[in-house]
Amino acid sequence: MNYKSSNKKKPTKEYILKILLNIFFIFLSFMIILPLLWLIINSFKTNRELFKNSLALPEKWLFSNYKEAWDKGLFSYFKNSVIVSFISLIFILFFSSLLAYGITRFNIKFNKIIFFVVLGGMALSEQVALVPLYKILQNLNLYNTYFALILPYIAFRIPFTVFLMRAYFLSIPKELEEAGYIDGYNSFQIFYKIIVPISKPIFASCAIVNLNFVWNEFLFANVFLESKSIMTIPIGLMTFQGDMKANYTVMLAGITIASIPMIAMFLIMQKQFIEGLTSGAVKG
Amino acid sequence: MKKKVLVPYLYIIPGLFMVLFFVYIPVVSNFIYSFFRLSSYSAEKIFVGFENYIKLFTDEVFLIMIRNNIYYAVISLIVQVGIGTMLAILIESKYSGKFRNLYRNIYFIPALISLTAVGLLFKFVYSPDIGLLNSALRFLNLDGLTHAWLGESKLAIFCVIAMSQWQFTGYITVLMVVAVQNIPKEYLEAAEIDGAGPIKKVINVMLPLVKEQLLVCSIITIIGAFKLFTEIYTTTSGGPGNSSQVLGVYLYQNAFLHDDMGLAAATGVLIFIITVGISIIQINAAKSGEV
Repeated sequence: MNYKSSNKKKPTKEYILKILLNIFFIFLSFMIILPLLWLIINSFKTNRELFKNSLALPEKWLFSNYKEAWDKGLFSYFKNSVIVSFISLIFILFFSSLLAYGITRFNIKFNKIIFFVVLGGMALSEQVALVPLYKILQNLNLYNTYFALILPYIAFRIPFTVFLMRAYFLSIPKELEEAGYIDGYNSFQIFYKIIVPISKPIFASCAIVNLNFVWNEFLFANVFLESKSIMTIPIGLMTFQGDMKANYTVMLAGITIASIPMIAMFLIMQKQFIEGLTSGAVKG
Repeated sequence: MKKKVLVPYLYIIPGLFMVLFFVYIPVVSNFIYSFFRLSSYSAEKIFVGFENYIKLFTDEVFLIMIRNNIYYAVISLIVQVGIGTMLAILIESKYSGKFRNLYRNIYFIPALISLTAVGLLFKFVYSPDIGLLNSALRFLNLDGLTHAWLGESKLAIFCVIAMSQWQFTGYITVLMVVAVQNIPKEYLEAAEIDGAGPIKKVINVMLPLVKEQLLVCSIITIIGAFKLFTEIYTTTSGGPGNSSQVLGVYLYQNAFLHDDMGLAAATGVLIFIITVGISIIQINAAKSGEV
C-alpha cells in the first residue's frame, strides 16, 4: 500500500519534468530548423517578394528557381563533386585497408615507424601544406585538374582511415585467417576473401565519414581549381554567388540543392554515420 | 620464403607513398619556405632568415587574429562542448521521452551541410534589409536591436562564431550521446541506491566516465578554432577592415592575393605549432588518464 501511494506522487513530478524538457527540446529544434526553413521558403520566391517581406510565404511556389540554379551551374558542380568524391573514396578505402592490413598482420622491420608516421599525419592540418602543395601540383601539371583535388584528398584521409581500420582488423580473430592459409590461400586472397567481407561495417563507416569530408571540402578546392567546368559544389557555390549577382532567390535554391545529398544520406544511413563519427572521435 | 619478405611491403607502399608525398613533403617544404621570399609566378627563392616571422608577429593584424581565434575557441568550448554535453545528458535522461532520437537528429543536421552553404546562407540571415534576423526582430517589435551584423566591425566575428555554434553544437551532442549510452547501467543504479540526486549523479558518476570523450571533443574544438578558414572566408573575408581576420584567412590572402608566399608559409608554421602542440597535450593527457 505504502509503495503504491509513494508511486502515485512520482509520476506527476516526472510528468511535469518530461513536459518542460520536451518544450525545451522543441524550442531548440525550432531554433535549429528556422534558418533552414527560411532558406527553403525564400528559395521559392521571386526576388521582389524576398525584398518585400522575407518572412512571408511565397505567393506562387516558383520551382523554376531550382531549375535555373540547376541549369546555370549546379548540375555541372554536382557532377564534378560526384566524380571527385567517387574516385577519392575508392582509393582512400583501397590504400587504407591495404596499409592497415599490412601493419596489423606482418612483422615488418620498420613497422613501428611506419605506424607512427601514418597516424601522425592525422595531426597535420591542410593549411600547413597549402602553399607547397600548390607549387607541387603546378610542377606536376596537375593544377586545375580533378587530380589536383583527388590526390591530396586521398593522402590527407589515409591516416584517419587507417586508424579506424587498424582497430577493426586487430579485433578479427586470427583463426579465420589460419583456416584460409590451410586452404592454400595467399595473403592477398585472405585479405579480399576473408578480411574485406567481414569488415563491411568499418568500410561503410569509413566511406561515410570520408564522403562527408570530401563532398564538403573547400580550402583545397578553392586554391587548386580555376576553371568553372571542373569545380566541385562548395567552390562552385561561391562562383555561383558571383554569377547570380542580384538573383538572390535562385542563389538560395542553389544552396538548398547543395545541402540535400548529405542530409539525405544521413537520414538513410544514420547508424553507419554515427558509428563512423564516434568510432573516429573516441580516440581521434 | 624470400618472396614472402617483400610481400608485406606491397600492402604498405601505396598508402605510405601518398602520405609521404602529399602530406609530409608539403609540410616540411612549408617550414623551408617560411625562411624565403617567394612568389607564385617565379621559381626564384631568396633566403631572408626570420624576416617572414618578424613581419607576421609585428603585423598590426596579428593580435586581432590571435584574439579572434581564441574567441572562437573559448566560445565553442563553452557552447559546443559545454552545452552540447548537457544536451546529450538531457537527451539520454528518462525525462526526454520517445522523441529523443528525433531531437538528436534535428540538432545534428546543420553539421551535414557544407561550410560554404552555411556561410552563404548566414550571409543572407544577417543581411540588414532582407535578413532573417533583422526581419524577425522587426516582427517582434524589437527594431532597436537590429544591426548591420556582419557589416559592423565589433559584431562581425561574433556573428560568425554564433553561426558555427548553430552548426556544430549538435555534432558534439551526438558524440556525447554515444559516450553517455556507453556508461554501464550498474554505475548509475549504484549511485541511485546511494541516494544521489540527478545533479550529483551527473557530476560524480557520468562526467568522470565520459571524460575521455569530453577531452577528445574539447581537442577537436580547439584545433578547429585555430584551423578556422571557410566560415570566415565565405562570410566576411576577415572584414570589415581586419576586424574578423583569423590565421587561416590571413595565410590564404597572403599566399594567393598578395603573392607573399613566404609570409603565408610562416603563418602555416604558427598554425602547425599550435595544432600539433594541442594534439601532443591530448596524447599525454590520454596516456596519463589510462595509467
